[in-house]
Parts: sequence; C-alpha cells; structure tokens
Amino acid sequence: MERERYLELYQQMVQIRLIEEQAAQLYQQGKIGGFLHLYIGQEAVSTGLIGARKPQDRVITAYRDHGVAINCGLSANEVMAELLGKATGCSKGKGGSMHMADVKKNFWGGHAIVGSHLPLAAGLALGDLYSKTDGVTICMFGEGATNIGYFHEAVNLSKVWNLPVLWVCENNKYGMGTAVERASAVTEIRQKAEGYGILNRRVDGMKVLEVNKASEEALEYIRSGKGPYFLEIITYRFRGHSMGDPERYRKADEVRSWQENDPIGIYRKHLIEAEIATAEDLHIIDKEMDALVLAAVQFAETSPEPPAEALFEDVYFEMESGVGE
Amino acid sequence: MREAISQALWEEMERDPQVFILGEEVGVWGGTYAVTKGFYDHFGGERVRDTPIAEAAIIGAAIGAALTGLRPVAELMTINFAFSAMDHIVNQAAKLHYMFAGQFVLPMVIRAVGGGGRQLGATHSQTPDAIFAHFPGLKVVAPGTPEDAKGLLKEAIRSNDPILFIEHATLYQTRGEVPEGDYVIPIGKSKVQRAGKDVTIVTYSKMLEISTKAADQLAMEGIEAEIVDLRSLRPLDMDPVLESFKKTNRAVIVEEGWRSYGVGSEVASRIYEEAFDYVDAPIQRVAQKEVPLPYNRTLEQLALPQVEDVIKAVKEVL
Repeated sequence: MERERYLELYQQMVQIRLIEEQAAQLYQQGKIGGFLHLYIGQEAVSTGLIGARKPQDRVITAYRDHGVAINCGLSANEVMAELLGKATGCSKGKGGSMHMADVKKNFWGGHAIVGSHLPLAAGLALGDLYSKTDGVTICMFGEGATNIGYFHEAVNLSKVWNLPVLWVCENNKYGMGTAVERASAVTEIRQKAEGYGILNRRVDGMKVLEVNKASEEALEYIRSGKGPYFLEIITYRFRGHSMGDPERYRKADEVRSWQENDPIGIYRKHLIEAEIATAEDLHIIDKEMDALVLAAVQFAETSPEPPAEALFEDVYFEMESGVGE
Repeated sequence: MREAISQALWEEMERDPQVFILGEEVGVWGGTYAVTKGFYDHFGGERVRDTPIAEAAIIGAAIGAALTGLRPVAELMTINFAFSAMDHIVNQAAKLHYMFAGQFVLPMVIRAVGGGGRQLGATHSQTPDAIFAHFPGLKVVAPGTPEDAKGLLKEAIRSNDPILFIEHATLYQTRGEVPEGDYVIPIGKSKVQRAGKDVTIVTYSKMLEISTKAADQLAMEGIEAEIVDLRSLRPLDMDPVLESFKKTNRAVIVEEGWRSYGVGSEVASRIYEEAFDYVDAPIQRVAQKEVPLPYNRTLEQLALPQVEDVIKAVKEVL
C-alpha cells in the first residue's frame, strides 16, 4: 500500500470519530431528533472494509451508518446536514440518521429494520449477477441481526444462487443491551455461515489493516465467481446503543478495557512505529479533520429546512398518476 | 384471464431483457396456477427463477434487483404469504423512494393470488387488499376482466414504482375479449364497466363478476345499475364514481374483503365528503362477514358476498 492510502484510512477514521462526537453534542442540544446510533469504537471496521472495495462494489448497511457513509465518499457536510434534517442532507432531510444513501457513490443505505436489508443485498447482488458485471455487494449488519429470519433467508439464497455478496457481521457483542450469548445459540457468528456452506473468517475489527486485508481477499474470492463470503469482524461500540441507552448491561471496566484498545490509537501507534508517518504528520491530519467537521456543523446549521412542498415529493416515481392523496 | 396475464408477462419478457420472474414454483413447475407454464423452457432459469419458500427473500431480492435497474416480477403463490414478507412490502418497497429522496427507484411488480371461495380454509382465502392500499408509496392494482388484467399488468411492468398486482384465484377461468396486439392500460383509472341510471355499484376484481350478475337480474326488474370498476385501489380514482353518483344519487359498494376499515368504508367516506348534496339514501356496503373464512363449502359461501346480497343492498338504497 502507498503511504497516501495509509494516511487516507487514518484520516477517514478520525473524521468519523469527530463527526460522531459532534453529533452526540448536537443531539444533546436538541438539534438532532429521533434516534442516533454512534459508530465510535467501530471505525476500523467500515474504514478497512470499504477501503478495499472497487467503485463498482455496492455497499449496504444497517442504521449505524454515518461512518459507512463517510467511507463511501459522502461529504461530512451532507452527512451532518442529514442529521439535522436539512434540505442539503444526502436524503434531503427525509431519511435522518438511520437512512443515509448516495446511489452515485454506490452506497445503498442506511436501513433501520434489523436484518431487513439482507434480502435487499441479495437482490443487489442478483442484479450484478444477472447483468454479468463484476461488482460485489458488501452487506454490513450487527451480530444481533443474525438471529432474525431475514438473515437466514438471505444468506441461504446467496449460496443457492451463488450471489456475489460479501456478508459482513460487525460483532460488537451486544444487540442493544442483550449480550450475544443471551441472544444467539452460537456466539461465534461465523458458524452460522458455516451452516450454509459459505466460506468465512473471523477478523479483529480493532485493526484497520487486518480488516482491509481480509476484505480484499474476500472481495477477490467473490469477484472470481466463487459465490458469497462471510466475514465476522469483532468490534466494540464505546458508546451506548443509541443516545437513550442507560448502559446497565455492561460494566464500566469492560468498556474502559476496550477503549484502551481504541482502533484509532492502535493505528496511530502502528503508523508511527512503522515509520509511515510521524506524530507531527498525524497531528496535522487531526487538525484538518477537526476544522472540516466544525465547518460541516456550520454548514448544516446554516442550511435551509426542506420546503413544505417537499412533503409530497418522491412518494412515487410516476407522480402524474396520483399520489393517492 | 389466466391466458391474458400469461401473455402480458410473456410479451414484456420478450420486449425487455431486464424483465425477469422470481417466485416459488414459477419455473420448472410452471407456476402453481400455471400462469408461467412454458416460460422456463423458453426464457431459461436465469430469467424464470425458482426460489426457496422464503417470502422475505423473494420480495427483498426483487427490491434489490429493481434498485440495480432490473424489472423483477415477483410472484407470491398467494397473497396470504405476503404477510411473511410484510416488512419488505411495507417498510422497504413502499418507502425507499421517499426516504432516500428519490434516489432509489423500484420498477417492480409483486403478483399475488388472492380471494376466497375455494375451500382453502382461513389462512389461504383472504382478501386483504385494503391493508396494502393503506400504504402511500405502494400501488395496488386488482383487475376484474381479462382485458384489464393484460393491459394493467403490462403497464405495471413498465412502471417505475412498486406495484402489488392482485389476481383473484377464481377469475383465472373467466373468459373475455382481449384486444389484439400490444396495449397498456394506465394505472389509477377507474372504469364504468356497465352503464345505468338508477344506482351506482362500485366494485373491483372478483366482485365485478358478482355485481354484474346482480345487475343482470336487476335489469329484469327494470332497475338499471351502473357499475364502476375501481381497478386500482391506490391510486384511487374517484372521478368516475362521483360522476356516476351525481347522476344516480345512490350507491352500493361491493368488495370481497371484510367490511370494517375496508374499501367500502373508504369509497363511501369520499362520496359523503365530495358529493354530500347528491346523497338520496345512505350508502350500502356489501362485504365479507366478519369471520375467518371457514373450510366447509356452505359456511364459506355464507361468509362471502353473494349476488343476492348485492341485489338486496341495491333495493335498500332505491
């Protein structure tokens, strides 16, 4: 990998962290409504994963999607504006935190019903199979989603139809407040893929380069026409499930010990030790990202609200046949 | 009507390579209602895709494929199985275009076989059309004649919105004229299927047949009923209904589904809202009795709306 690529991964992780920290504050100030699920602690997963994709590869994820949006190339401005529900947001303020997307960047959302987007991912992959392109669909979900029927229907279908899809389970150990061992018959989630005869691998999600390498290999495997692949990426969210999380289900010590395992800290240390960057180089990036995210907040706050006419826009593609009142 | 639907699918698949079919037993078997008989041999397994019995995967995969620009026609063996895919129909298909501000386009059709009257018991005989018509973002089409079935299905396949296309199981045997050649019928247009001056019967799908029989009998008594066929429940085109009502001042709404919160409730409300000054008699609703449909033939027929029920309701409003 070139030095520039290493730094780009670092830059993206820092940008996501700062966006999420700002979002938490804006939420507390009442400027962001609804639910807010932060990606803090899990940045290395989507950064490493999406860093390995080619432009023709589609990405679809669940509701913890701000970081994924950034990795897919959406700007901090349009992500922050969407969080504030503004017309300049990536979904023009109609989607909110859980529904970000940019089709032009092959980012297919942002889906808020647990596990529900997995069959969609199978369909996206079917589109590429049908059209004989070499795109791969990357589908991310939490370990909690592997207990719902949609997971099993979609993963089974992907094997039966030999679909070009990379299933990526972000195992952050808790589905909301329920620990994986209290909700899943197997705690090593990749065994579920094993059950469907799908090649699988477990990866340390705190190490961005390991995630990146495993993802590259998985994508290459799928692109060669061998069918689906399953990655279980072990990670941890440093914050609550959402902003309204009392966090009674895990001990402060546990959270602290993971926070010492901060993916950004680990990567930072690696970059310096491997002499890819100096502390000063990284400090400059930190400052740049800080400025960029503050500017995004400014952009979002000063952006216009969606006009009232937007209410009836995009209910249907063919509006002339009637909205149905 | 089976042939009309089959022709529509065949012609659209010939016309556009982006159109493909997926569902349970649509391929090798030829469709459980034989609508896709011969398709697998002609178009091949890539375009006529047999799926596992997994409705969420069928509809979910159809959505995903539609997002990539394909035009999937997903078949649900019966509309009762739509409940296993309710999340994908309601939370995904009906919302993605809006939620992502128009970025997601879903040119897809869900074909579902609905209706009772075949002694299939409570879980396989429902007419839940109104439920689906409740959701903005989804279009719901339910033809009552072979001509409409073909023209509307072809239009649905060419449309860029998610459309639930409901075919009544006992209409497959219905015979009727179908125009020669390629034609489409716009979605969201009600149609006067029979002209009359004394009373307006508003109906659709299988109940068009029942209402027509009732109108035939009423005609022998000198009562001329006008029948307006809704053809699509969303968008709901009230113009021909109101036009007819303003002429007859009396209406009976006939649907196969349950009365409560049904199509009749909606249509009656809209008539009251938009043509109150023309009302000469309280609007009547004919619908299914409020029970899960029983297996026993006599009981089942007791629960379903019959020709006599329509005649009785018409006489109520006269």
